[in-house]
Parts: sequence; structure tokens; C-alpha cells
Amino acid sequence: MTKTTPLHAQHLALGAKMVDFSGWDMPLHYGSQVEEHHQVRADAGLFDVSHMTIVDISGGQASEFLRYLLANDVARLKHAGQALYTTMLNEKGGVIDDLIVYRMTEPGTSEWFRLVVNCGTRDADLAWMVDCAVRFDVSLNEQPDLAMVAVQGPNALKLTASVLSESRARLIDGLKPFQGQESEGWFIARTGYTGEDGLELMLPDEEVVAFWQALIDAGVKPCGLGARDTLRLEAGLNLYGADMNQQVTPLEANLAWTLAWEPEERRFIGRDALEKQRNEGVPTKLVGLVLEGRGVLRAHQKVLVNNSGEGEITSGGFAPTLGCSVALARVPADTGDSAQVEMRGKSLAVKVVKPPFVRRGKKQFS
Amino acid sequence: MSNIPSELKYVASHEWIREEGDGIVTIGVTDHAQELLGDVVFVELPELDAELASGDETGVVESVKAASDIYAPVSGTVVAINEELEESPELVNSDPYGDGWFFKVKISDPEELDALLDAETYAEQCESE
Repeated sequence: MTKTTPLHAQHLALGAKMVDFSGWDMPLHYGSQVEEHHQVRADAGLFDVSHMTIVDISGGQASEFLRYLLANDVARLKHAGQALYTTMLNEKGGVIDDLIVYRMTEPGTSEWFRLVVNCGTRDADLAWMVDCAVRFDVSLNEQPDLAMVAVQGPNALKLTASVLSESRARLIDGLKPFQGQESEGWFIARTGYTGEDGLELMLPDEEVVAFWQALIDAGVKPCGLGARDTLRLEAGLNLYGADMNQQVTPLEANLAWTLAWEPEERRFIGRDALEKQRNEGVPTKLVGLVLEGRGVLRAHQKVLVNNSGEGEITSGGFAPTLGCSVALARVPADTGDSAQVEMRGKSLAVKVVKPPFVRRGKKQFS
Repeated sequence: MSNIPSELKYVASHEWIREEGDGIVTIGVTDHAQELLGDVVFVELPELDAELASGDETGVVESVKAASDIYAPVSGTVVAINEELEESPELVNSDPYGDGWFFKVKISDPEELDALLDAETYAEQCESE
């Protein structure tokens, strides 16, 4: 059965083109996904991301459990409200999912963390977490009654604060990037998936419609999954299932920066396999491609690298901020700064760059 | 429901054809097609003076969603191309039957026009998709 978010009626009333996304009926765009993309880079856009899965982890060993489960180290989160991006790996070092973990309470006895994971991997994630949790004193509680909205763009914080109570507005004012705080049943975090400043807000289902409408009245424009995808692609942020999966490790997915190798004694799941791969050499890497001519790079197109063999585009598309096409591609590890992509029988020259392509509205490569 | 002007002819691959007189036709893609494509970001058109045979692949529309071939709905010689589309491909979305036209052909076989679909038949096809 198709699942819908508490904002489903709003999407239909706004004339959204709806698509199936991992079993959820979600808005692709509300007219033009390119305009929605520009809206986020220039001002502020509003996304319904209530399909994402929220899991709260609590109990006496919550911290120990997550230090075993996740490749990044929650011990790096020294205070309530801090967040980090991490992968969750299988024993072979393959990526089961990527997620954000928020520390909800100060380090101490009754610790509580909140995880936001992908909806497409929800069942596999929960099953894995439950399996791994057996020997820990923890409880896992999914929060299906929380809606989630992302407000992204240079004016996102200001406009969101303008429609909220004084105490919540003050909270937003005090948030540093990658921090989140609770406020009367809401959780407000300065995180996102667009390469812009912005917020992600988790709030009770029954309050989200009024909040959504207040943001629209304040001039924040609704944006669909189409713009969400081009924004994250420009920002060089991996999409689970496209740019990484259980067959690739974080070292092959441009995510080495998310691995906490220290302290050595922390034997997180997948660590042995990663150490082995690091010692033996990583065969491939995930890079950015830029096509300066006409045409659009798309997932699964073949990448030809001089003297090094072949690679494949994992996700690609038109980058509205740049006016040309960009892609993420998995290529041989020794690939240099140029390659060719096969497109409809032709071989087109592309530039190889390190993502991101765009950050805070600005081009990041030359 | 998409707009399907009654004065135009259509082909099943979602191109429209307008007779301009003197054996010249203008060709573009339908409102229904642009809705399916989403935002158009590049249009690759045939060369001026190119000789087309009906059914040939003569160009490509690249949208945010996919690359789609443009098929020649009739045979003939390309006598004009819409150069505006190079700078403003979004015209295909905003005005598919007007400023978003693709190219004009001097037709070589006027009888081919009889084989084209009328608006009603094309609308039925869109409905059944």
C-alpha cells in the first residue's frame, strides 16, 4: 500500500506532480524543479521529508552500542545537540545506510540519541540495528508520528524564525551548523541535504500542516524531490542506493572523512574489512565529473579513463546553478583530471573534480 | 489535462505539425510531452538544410528526467531551426506550441500529411497511455 505523509493533501492542493518514492507518494515538483532549485540557492525552499525514518536510541549502553554500530564515533559529540554524519556498515565494510545521529542528552547515565535514516532502507536498517543491539542494554524506538520538514537556503533560518514563537526563534538564532535542539516537542536542527544553510525540523504530525502553511505565507516556496536531488548532487552529497550500497565501502564512496579510526580500540562493525582494504589499496574512488559542453550525464553511463580502464556514473544530471551537467562516478583509483563519457554512441570529454560542485551558492571547482 | 490544439496534426511520438502553407510545416513537441519530460535543459536540433525521412531520429530533448529522441514526422528539407532554444530551452515547457517550436521542414511528399493524427485521435492516445 502506498504511504503518504501528513502533508499529502497540501501537495495535491499545490498541484504537485506526485511520484512513488520507495513506497511513498511524494511530490516530484510543483511546476518546475529547476525554478525550485534556484529558489533554494537564492532564497529559501521548503521540503516535506516526513518519509524519512527517525529512530531514537536510549538506555544505559546507548553510546557503547552506537560506537559499535556506526563507522563514525558518537564519542565525538561532546554535548547535547551536536550531530554527525556517518555510515552504518556490514562486516565486509559495505554501506548498509548513511545517516545523521544527534546527541539528544548530555553524556552521562541515561543517554539518548536520535538517528535519521533513509526511508528506502528502513526495513533493512531496523532489522540490522535490532540484531546488533542484542548484547547491549539499549532500546530502539522508531518515531513514526513525527513529521519532518527541511527549510533550506540563505534565508531559511530567518524566515523560519519569523513564523515561530519567540523561544523557538531564539533557539534557531543560537544554533551552530550541525547542531540541533529540542523545544516543546519539536526538534530543530541546522542540517540539510542541499549544500545551503538551513534547518531540518521534526515535529508532531498534527502540527505540521499549520507550520507548512505559515512558511508558505512567509514566502518560502515548496520544493519537490526533483530539486532535492539536483541540489544534493551539486553539493556532492551521496545518494544511498545510487552512489553507494552494500557492495562498496566508504573508502570507495568519497566518505573516508566520516570514518573515525581513532581510538584504535573501538572495533566498530566493518572496521577489520576497512583496515584490510586500506592496507591493500582501494581499487576505485568516487569523483565528480563536469561536462562543459551540451548534454546531460546520467546514472549508469560508462566512463572511459585513459590507460586505467572503465568506470560508471552513479548519479548525474543537469546542474541548474552551473548551467551544465555534473555527475558522481566510480572510477579506477588512479584516474587523473580528465575522462570520457559514452553518451548515445559518442564519447564526450569530461573534467574530473573533487566534489562538491557547489556550496553556499558558489561554484567549487575551476 | 494537457492542451491539444485542434488545428494541429500529431504523431504518436508526441510531435505536433502545423501547416504554414507553401509546403512548409513547423514541428515541435506537445504539451503532454513536455509535461512528461519535466524541465527541458538542452535541445539538439537537426542542421539547417538537412534532408529528413519520416520517422528518422533528428535530434534530442534533454530534460531533468531523461533524454528523448525527436523524430521527423514528415520527410523533407529543414528550412529553419529555432535558435532561441539554445539559450532558452525552457520555452519548450512554457510555450510548446509557440515560442518552443523546434524546426521547419519543406515537405517532399504532401501525402504524408494525410497519415498524421488529428487532435482527437492524439488525445485518445494520450488518455490510453
